Amino acid sequence: MSEPVRRIGGALALLAALALPLLLDDFWLQTGLFVMAAVVGAIGLTLLVGRAGQLSLGHAFFAALGAYTYAWTAGESGGRAAGLGLPPVLALVLAGLAAAVAGALFSPISGRLRGIYLGLATIGLVFLARHLMVNAETITGGFNGRAVESFAVPGFSFSNSDPDYLAVAGVELGGLHRLWYLFLAVALLAAWIATNLVRSRTGRALANVRDSEVAAAAMGINVARAKVTAFVVSSAYAGIAGALMALAYGRIAPDVFGLQLSIDFLVMIVLGGLGSIGGAAVGAVFVVSLPLVLTQYSSDLPFLAAPGSGGLDAATVSRLLYGAAIIAVLLFLRGGLAGAFDRLAFRSAAAPDPSGLPPAPAPRTGAETTPTVPSPGVPTRSKETTP
Amino acid sequence: MSYLLTQLANGLSYGLVLGLIAVGFVIVFTATGVLNFAHGSVLLAGAYLVAVLQPTVGFWAAAAVGIAGAALLGVLINAVLVRNLAEANPGTAAILMLGVDILLLTELTRRIGNRVIPMGAPWGADRVEFAGVSLPTSRALAALVAVVLFAALWFLFARTRTGVAMRAAAADGDTASLMGIRLSRTGAAGWALAGALAAIAGIFLASFPAPGVAPTVALSAFAAIPAWVLGGFDSVVGAIVGGLVVGVATALAVGYEAELHVLGSGFGEVVPYLVMILVLLVRPSGLFGSKEAVRV
Repeated sequence: MSEPVRRIGGALALLAALALPLLLDDFWLQTGLFVMAAVVGAIGLTLLVGRAGQLSLGHAFFAALGAYTYAWTAGESGGRAAGLGLPPVLALVLAGLAAAVAGALFSPISGRLRGIYLGLATIGLVFLARHLMVNAETITGGFNGRAVESFAVPGFSFSNSDPDYLAVAGVELGGLHRLWYLFLAVALLAAWIATNLVRSRTGRALANVRDSEVAAAAMGINVARAKVTAFVVSSAYAGIAGALMALAYGRIAPDVFGLQLSIDFLVMIVLGGLGSIGGAAVGAVFVVSLPLVLTQYSSDLPFLAAPGSGGLDAATVSRLLYGAAIIAVLLFLRGGLAGAFDRLAFRSAAAPDPSGLPPAPAPRTGAETTPTVPSPGVPTRSKETTP
Repeated sequence: MSYLLTQLANGLSYGLVLGLIAVGFVIVFTATGVLNFAHGSVLLAGAYLVAVLQPTVGFWAAAAVGIAGAALLGVLINAVLVRNLAEANPGTAAILMLGVDILLLTELTRRIGNRVIPMGAPWGADRVEFAGVSLPTSRALAALVAVVLFAALWFLFARTRTGVAMRAAAADGDTASLMGIRLSRTGAAGWALAGALAAIAGIFLASFPAPGVAPTVALSAFAAIPAWVLGGFDSVVGAIVGGLVVGVATALAVGYEAELHVLGSGFGEVVPYLVMILVLLVRPSGLFGSKEAVRV
């Protein structure tokens, strides 16, 4: 895939994302909001899993922390659940910050454990989160959850009022439309920061730690600190994603932030291809919209039975498709969807190459890093294959 | 005092059953390097087979079929899926097992529906009295069976060719392979063993005082994960000790919930995970886990 084609493709996708709200109905707008919230969380997780090689099943905890921090700090005091009544913009920042701090507090474990061992340890956080959410009633509203203050900047609210009527090209922009643009901006910002992080000194250090901790340490990288950094950044992303989810739902309850959410985040990045930021976004689209769309249109699909009849209902079918998709990608697609895409692009780009060199391996997560044993005297630097 | 003893006895019995599940995690992990997230659905599949078959063929025959079925299921997962992974590393294998778990659990949940299928065990709701402690027979039997199985495991790993081959394969797969040990066989044996142990644990978890087989039984495997982790990832002894620690801590937290009210309701559910996090803070590789040696 040559650079101009990539650019044009990106610009077209952006235009589509900007124009879509004018065409879609409320169901699709709502689905889009959930997808974009998930994209932010998935990008954060792919930095941790794909780049630093650390597994986390605790992202539901950080998402919950972000969501409840937003709801608590932005909420009005005096309702059933307490609130600080801070400006929503500040609350959104605090949501990311609180998750980052919690991630840092977990550093004695996240800095020392590696890979799947860390994944298992983080499962504990999810159960801890549920306990806190149910019991800290004054902040969380307990088992039934609490309402979420809608987002606003001074003079403009991302809800159906203030300004009461706002229209573009004859389409009235209600709360869902306005949130769509907010979420789009946040998701693009998240992707931009992540891309830059991956290409920075820190990002290369993370990739080096993933491939060989010994080699990384020998090159002067503080391995424990690199792992903690990845975990903290990833937690902050999850916190923001949680706050966005809270805004999209309008009301949050403990059931939203179960272990299933952690697994969903993980599945998104695996389907998309570990370490790929675009892949994480594609994975999020699939994982989030599949059950929503199947349920919405279940009455139109002849092979689906009504829920509870013992046949294949929409929820069951979407779970089965979801599980089968994971297995199929892991068995047949190296590097997930992003890996397959890159291989296709590589093949078309490599075809006219007359140099006679043996084809390099297709660019995928593991391919762009330093050799495990750096040759003496030659400072090998990790290099991205895609600029 | 007798209240405390009852709680302890309950905790020990529960802990031993958790140990059965946790040992399955250890065996699969050492034999094939897979973090078996589908362990819970294999357990549920075994228990489901027993509960469905027992009205027609009787409990003992059904139990035999259920245990064999779960073992076979494990072997199949290993042979068909795990060995065909595009990228064989622990991370992708773990996520593959998440996918398998989703498939199995969805199908089993659909089959079970809203029912709670009774286990129909011959000991029913009997209780045994021992030194002033009253315990459901199923719980006492569970502890007994678990101890016998642990002894059998020790015999297997210490005294039989198969067991020694499995240990050798776990310690160093490449060398074991050069010595003529077939890694495909030791892997299959590990999965079969783990599946059978899970089914046995499932039978006890679904019999009295539990009402029967329901999809939530699969979640009990998650409670065994802290036991496995805090025992150390690759130690069978660690898994048993971890199971006991988690079992007793949970039973005490549930039994004294009124006194522990400050910590919130349902505190018993988080105790295993709190214990795990605390142990990992002090010993990152668990109580009995082998430290990863790094040579430069």
